[in-house]
Amino acid sequence: MAAFTAEIVYRGIFQKNLAARIVRGIVLSARKSGRWGIAFGRYGDSPQRNGIPAKDFAIVADTKEELEQNMARYEPKHVDVTICVDDTLAKGVESWAWYGLQPLNRLIVPGGTLLITSLQPYGDILRDIHRKDTPFTMALIRARASFSGLWVYKEDHTEVRILGALAKIVPAFLSLDAVCQAVSEMEWGSDLKVASARKAYDRLESREIEAGEGNPETPYSFELPRWWEMREGVSIPAIPLGKPKEGGKGYVPERNPYFKKFSTRTMRPVIDFDTCVKCNLCWISCPDSCFDVMPDGTFDANMESCCGCGVCEAVCPVEKCITMVNESVFDDNASQWDAWRQDKDAYRTWMIDKISNTQATVRSHGFRFRGQYEEELKSELDAGGQAITAGIPGENAQHKTV
Amino acid sequence: MAVETKAAQAAEDKELLISGSEAVAEALTLADIDVVTAYPIRPYDTVMQAIAKKISGGQLQAEYIVAEGEHSQFEIVKHASMVNARVFCGSSGVGWAYAMECLVVTPSLRVPMVALVGNRALDDPGAFGVEHNDALFVRDLGWMLCWIDTSQEALDTTLIAYRVAEDRRVFLPLAISADGAFLTHSQAITMVPPKEKVDRFLPRYDRGDLQLHPDNPITVAPQVNEDWVIEIRRQTNEAMKRATTVIEEAYTDFRRVFGRGPENPWFEEYMTEDADVILIGMGTISLPLKVAIREMRAKGKKVGLVRLRWFRPFPTDRLVAALSKAHAIGVIDRDYSFGSPFGSGVVANEVRAAMYNAATRPPLVSFTGGLGGREVTLEDVHKVTEMCFAAAASGKSDVQTHWLGVRE
Repeated sequence: MAAFTAEIVYRGIFQKNLAARIVRGIVLSARKSGRWGIAFGRYGDSPQRNGIPAKDFAIVADTKEELEQNMARYEPKHVDVTICVDDTLAKGVESWAWYGLQPLNRLIVPGGTLLITSLQPYGDILRDIHRKDTPFTMALIRARASFSGLWVYKEDHTEVRILGALAKIVPAFLSLDAVCQAVSEMEWGSDLKVASARKAYDRLESREIEAGEGNPETPYSFELPRWWEMREGVSIPAIPLGKPKEGGKGYVPERNPYFKKFSTRTMRPVIDFDTCVKCNLCWISCPDSCFDVMPDGTFDANMESCCGCGVCEAVCPVEKCITMVNESVFDDNASQWDAWRQDKDAYRTWMIDKISNTQATVRSHGFRFRGQYEEELKSELDAGGQAITAGIPGENAQHKTV
Repeated sequence: MAVETKAAQAAEDKELLISGSEAVAEALTLADIDVVTAYPIRPYDTVMQAIAKKISGGQLQAEYIVAEGEHSQFEIVKHASMVNARVFCGSSGVGWAYAMECLVVTPSLRVPMVALVGNRALDDPGAFGVEHNDALFVRDLGWMLCWIDTSQEALDTTLIAYRVAEDRRVFLPLAISADGAFLTHSQAITMVPPKEKVDRFLPRYDRGDLQLHPDNPITVAPQVNEDWVIEIRRQTNEAMKRATTVIEEAYTDFRRVFGRGPENPWFEEYMTEDADVILIGMGTISLPLKVAIREMRAKGKKVGLVRLRWFRPFPTDRLVAALSKAHAIGVIDRDYSFGSPFGSGVVANEVRAAMYNAATRPPLVSFTGGLGGREVTLEDVHKVTEMCFAAAASGKSDVQTHWLGVRE
């Protein structure tokens, strides 16, 4: 008499296929021991936007009745394991369906596990992950976030490493042998991938996180109105105009108080206000209108609404005036312009520290020029990586069923 | 001997982890459809994607036509069906509404098209979640209409649908309704039968004397006046009546060939034998209802569920027989009918009408819930049941319709 529920928190579009493979893998592995299961995505996350946090779920149970018991809700209210395949999601999860910002570990049961792919030390991740009233285990797979897209798939074995790690975390439901067998039968499976699953099983690290340990911030939330409080005609109040800055020389528009979007971001623009030529291009091109006009004619990226797409960096005509830097090296959404205005030397020191961090400026996703992927692949191979050219669409493509 | 072994192996079902939409695509492949049209709208679009994959993977040979909208989508399959092609089409929400002009003509033209309605709330507010009002648009028009609950039922019902619709005694369009998200997007373990079994169950579509063909010169849909209309409607009515027998036959034969499927095609009865209160719903709402019923049974409360599969033709006699035993009935509609009798949903009012001539009429309480895909919680179901037990105790129907899950 037992059931097991896992959720995968992933980046919309970029990791959609990855998450789907993992939840399918969980159910098919558990099926090896005769268990029943279901795999599904959170419908309210659709249609996905690039990078927006989204969720998939897998539920497995000993009997069909127990499965029903655990399925009988829109989405699980508690999970045994939360799997996170990008550590910048540690800052919180905001679906575009107006749920507020939810801590990554919110659904984990007492004593449950957060399984996360990351290169950061535990302490750095814990700076972001919100504190919880009950203890849980943080398990780490040492890996960079795997990003690809809706139509392409990065065969870096992340899906099987997660499955191998799960065999260590919940061996009662997924034995390592069952995982390996399921992987070998997948349309995308291979012997190499089975080996990767085994290695992840062996190498999995973990640490107990005590109650109250972690980020003390209370994530923003709001209450949904009652039916009679809502304006009729499916109409909502417009976003207020905002405020002039310093006597009308600058202008900061209000942003949507319910849907902030910043948890969509894996990288943020770091701006050198000293070299800005005030050309307006970032302000015009930003798809989320996140740039505000400052009194001196420069532009400040509003970190509550920036989705981290990198268009500003791409259009900026001045070298290194805007640099995209990984979100994990920032602790808050404070205004860069305010910091620069307050103390220009200190800001420069801070900025150079960020933009010269070669780890943090590696592009997390997307490509800036044609052939970049091939170039990156070559450099990874030159550095000792393993060629998996037959991995797309899969060594077992002949087993493809759906 | 060797041949026998091979045949036995070939006859084995294949187990797949697939969504309701993918299960429909499996069935369409097994039914070897000829023409499929597509225009994307969530959640139906998952079906068109799954069929496209089947065709690109070489498992299905069919004409796949991407139309410029739902209206054309249904026009194309209508014409294809006229020339004896087995056709499939589908839509959701306002996409289904946009096709309405083509949907209304198919019953009188006796086009046995099979459509999937991935149930979706109507716009506005542009939500994707399930409501049943989209499929119910066609309830009065001569479309057969059924609701499914699991991936397995999606696959099986799609096969049955062609068998029923393409029976010469019927020749009516048939819409299969699948709850958006809960069924269309959830992957569950599903048994996929081999083609040999399907071939034993599903004969080829033969339009016979109604086929548009140079060798069979006919004109379809000439303009007529009042001298002709009632007779045409009477024909459709007769076909719908005959469908009842054909559906019974099809399920019996399905059980014979596939070794699974319900004895009662019309509705699933769950723990109703001795039930004081019977709850009624359609589609995946059965899941929280069943789980809550098990909880209540454990506490000694005799509650059962009737999950309606077929809405058109409506199983009046069998339903009345099943419900008359109860002391109270609770109907949970995942739809609305504003301004209707008692403000009830469509199913509640149909059940009331069906019960009108029944010798015993238990009190009926109606509920509207789960709109726009909102969860019907176990707590909701417990509340529903309590109200039904109160109605049973008083012997009176509570005429107001209760809304579940709304923020009051």
